[in-house]
Amino acid sequence: MVVDELREAELDRVFRAFADSTRRDIVRRVTGDGLNVSGLARHYAMSFAAVQKHVAVLERACLVTKERRGREQLVRANRDGLERARRLLEEYEAIWRQRAGRIADILAEGTAQGREAP
Amino acid sequence: MTVISSTKNPEALSLTIVAEFDAGVERVWQIWEDPRQLERWWGPPTWPATFEEFDFRPGGKSTYYMTGPDGSRARGWWRFTAIGAPGRLELDDGFADDFGNPVEDMGTARMAATLEDLGGRTRMTIASTFESEEQMQKMLDMGMEEGMGQAMGQIDAILAGQPAA
Repeated sequence: MVVDELREAELDRVFRAFADSTRRDIVRRVTGDGLNVSGLARHYAMSFAAVQKHVAVLERACLVTKERRGREQLVRANRDGLERARRLLEEYEAIWRQRAGRIADILAEGTAQGREAP
Repeated sequence: MTVISSTKNPEALSLTIVAEFDAGVERVWQIWEDPRQLERWWGPPTWPATFEEFDFRPGGKSTYYMTGPDGSRARGWWRFTAIGAPGRLELDDGFADDFGNPVEDMGTARMAATLEDLGGRTRMTIASTFESEEQMQKMLDMGMEEGMGQAMGQIDAILAGQPAA
């Protein structure tokens, strides 16, 4: 379905954006009150333009928003994108809880050593 | 409860799970080393796993499939990147096509299992890192069919069937 393809393309953008450590760091710094691009650029040993490029990647992935403040642009984290990632991690955690329960079950067979075929 | 903690890092798309078991490290290592034991816990009852190839050595590969409620098969592969019996196991986990060949553009998940001796008991730490949310969702689709309610029921059943700790 077209809708699903759009969604997948969006998700792919999100995690490509997160694949870079500078971009992850930018997201951490702009949660809360946010920062303007020149404020951000002071934290990195790279050009203003390079930082601006990272911010643009994050903005396309809907992980940050930019709003104009006078001559500057305020960059802020977009909570929705982070929430989606968090939800997936919670589902994955539930899978490991189930696995741990099954492992405990196998180990509880004790001295049988669990070598038998299913 | 067997799982004692988990740490989520949504920004890096990684998750760490810590569980403790009432068995020695050597015994817990077997549930990874022996594919017949591994397939008893890797997939949920609704998506049981079957490991075909299982070359358990550094650089070795494993292929497996998970069989869904409708009989459909979801295939995957492992590549063991580090094996230090009985304390450390690292592997890459990815998707495969119907012939078992890796589907490269779905990316791989990296997993590291560490077993520590707690005086006869074992602490197992699993650190997983994903490459993309799409890949993670696909992995979840193979494991979450049963839903949370059923999962809790399963844990209760396991606990009820065991002698009191």
